[in-house]
Amino acid sequence: MINAVGTPQSLLLLGGTSEIGLAIAENYARQRPLTVTLAARPSARLDAAAAKLRHLGATVRTLPFDARDIDSHPKLVEDAFSEGDIDVTVVAFGLLGDAEQLWQDHTAGVELAQVNFTAPVSLGIALAERLRKQGHGALVALSSVAGERVRRSNFVYGATKAGFDGFYLGLGEALRPEGIHVTVVRPGFVRTKMTEGMTAAPMATTADKVAEVVVDAVRKRKDLVWAPAQWRLVMSVLRHIPRPIFRKLPI
Amino acid sequence: MEPAKFETRTLTGWGRTAPSAARVAGPSTADDVIAAVAAAGERGVIARGLGRSYGDPAQNAGGLVVDMTGVDRVHSIDAGSGLAVLDAGVSLDKLMRAALPFGLWVPVLPGTRQVTIGGAIGSDIHGKNHHSAGSFGNHVRSMDLLTADGQVRTITPDGPDSDLFWATVGGMGLTGIILRATVALKHTESAYFVVDTDRTSGLDETLELFSDGSDDGYDYSMAWFDSISTGPKLGRAVFSRGSLAKVDELPKKHRANPLRFDAPQLLTLPDVFPNGLANKLTFRALGEAWYRKAPKRGRGQIQNLTAFYHPLDLFGEWNRAYGSHGFLQYQFIVPFSADAELRTIVRRIAESGHVSFLNVLKRMGAGNQAPLSFPQPGWTITVDFPITPGLTEFCASLDEAVLAAGGRLYLAKESRTAPQTFHRMYPRLDEWRKVRDSVDPDGLFTSDQSRRLGL
Repeated sequence: MINAVGTPQSLLLLGGTSEIGLAIAENYARQRPLTVTLAARPSARLDAAAAKLRHLGATVRTLPFDARDIDSHPKLVEDAFSEGDIDVTVVAFGLLGDAEQLWQDHTAGVELAQVNFTAPVSLGIALAERLRKQGHGALVALSSVAGERVRRSNFVYGATKAGFDGFYLGLGEALRPEGIHVTVVRPGFVRTKMTEGMTAAPMATTADKVAEVVVDAVRKRKDLVWAPAQWRLVMSVLRHIPRPIFRKLPI
Repeated sequence: MEPAKFETRTLTGWGRTAPSAARVAGPSTADDVIAAVAAAGERGVIARGLGRSYGDPAQNAGGLVVDMTGVDRVHSIDAGSGLAVLDAGVSLDKLMRAALPFGLWVPVLPGTRQVTIGGAIGSDIHGKNHHSAGSFGNHVRSMDLLTADGQVRTITPDGPDSDLFWATVGGMGLTGIILRATVALKHTESAYFVVDTDRTSGLDETLELFSDGSDDGYDYSMAWFDSISTGPKLGRAVFSRGSLAKVDELPKKHRANPLRFDAPQLLTLPDVFPNGLANKLTFRALGEAWYRKAPKRGRGQIQNLTAFYHPLDLFGEWNRAYGSHGFLQYQFIVPFSADAELRTIVRRIAESGHVSFLNVLKRMGAGNQAPLSFPQPGWTITVDFPITPGLTEFCASLDEAVLAAGGRLYLAKESRTAPQTFHRMYPRLDEWRKVRDSVDPDGLFTSDQSRRLGL
């Protein structure tokens, strides 16, 4: 159960090697005894992540998870909840891809759409069913500022995140009367392996900083947060710029 | 009978933290309660009273919650023996109004009258008179308990089911649902208090005044203390101690009607308070005002119930002042021998930056035999913290200090501790579990708190 200070006892990380997801798990594990389920493709990275969390005193379990294998999702969610309630679930997986390749390469574009949008919808539906049964819990969906106004420079990725963002905001409204809280998180540029080699954008942040924003948002039961918070202001300006001008901006 | 209708609702405790959803049944008779419990699903059932516990003991996420406030008949009050037979949903407020005309007084009153009989037993509540009267369970002569097998058992403190009786006292509703109880009320001549007020200038003086023997001269005693000021002002307190007044102690205007229920309410707070209003600045000012408004030394003042006992009842729904993030109440007890540890803890609270206005210090008397009952001889301190960053770690460090001092937390206030910590605080937990498991082997009675603490 989440306690009065917003700290969970059990956590499910979908995308068990996500750096932001793991930073959230580590943040919680430092606060209180925690049971963590890491769902990811088996790899040395996954084992290392599990070992690190165990070192912090958490009880860790791993489940094999492939976002592309949509049909396996209901069973995965069932397995994840088989040992008891899950207090916080983090949807933390996704692909970034090469922006120019994505809109010109059919296979690459469709795969990104499936991993970044279809799979989160598939899991969101399966999770909602389980969470409604248990009557409590928080669902954290890692979206992106890229989804708020889709830009030419990475529009396939941006479009998947726009869809993802809309789905989880809506799911939050649907689950509100059922005691379930959904928090959509829109980070800006985060220095992780996903963005390795890319030039850092303004207001770049780290996985640990995003984790702090998430932990605070879950405690305050916020629906939507930006990381860092200044993105909210930046995006609310960008959102209203007329298309002919927006097109000319170097973003 | 019609099939029971349940409505899904999101519930929290008085601290307005950690909401969860449950199907809520609203029975009005004992038979309705039995039918509702029989229809509980796999996530079990818990009884709920007026929701004054601060945390989550009256919530059951995904399961069934039985709202007992509709089962609220006062069956009988015997003016001679003082015995009252009451449905579990009767509030102490209602009981008090019903009993006063007979010259009878509720023997144990917590900081609010908005508590049901069932809740009072389940939490084994205490009041300002703990040192002279013990906790609520000490005044219960028998109860009818609905257990997991659908039976209703009549249990007494020293009968064949006394184990179950004492596991139910302080058992947070986890042994079954109390349907009815017989409570021994206390005879009184008036509903007013003769009160002495004292102000101390620092923690040493505060503890000294509690320890110099003067406390035994009062049935009711507590102190509000300053936990924000650091330095010599830390722990300065306003003592408010008294006993029920005899008729000849009353001023003329009250003598004609000494048993009048005199408990005014000014207003109910609207739900409009922003988060963060409860901060160091506002609390420091409030605390200073509270301290200064008390006379340095008052003797023999006649006060009504609200003024002496329930000043917060002047403001209905006062928990709204903390905003939507809510707050938690941290109440612990340490034995008298842990005097030094107590001082360290108070100092740490003041230096922590977590601010609390409602700080109560009380000397507690002997406990009873209930394994999960909170009171024991020692000092109890209650502080309220608005939910802010860093509170998790701070409260966890307080837990350790309380444990090291041989103390423990109060389940009716508890909303955040770790299961392991709680188990170490209540070494008789296993003894309690044995009794609970014998009447509820499958864990039908379950709450968010019991899940969270692994009770």
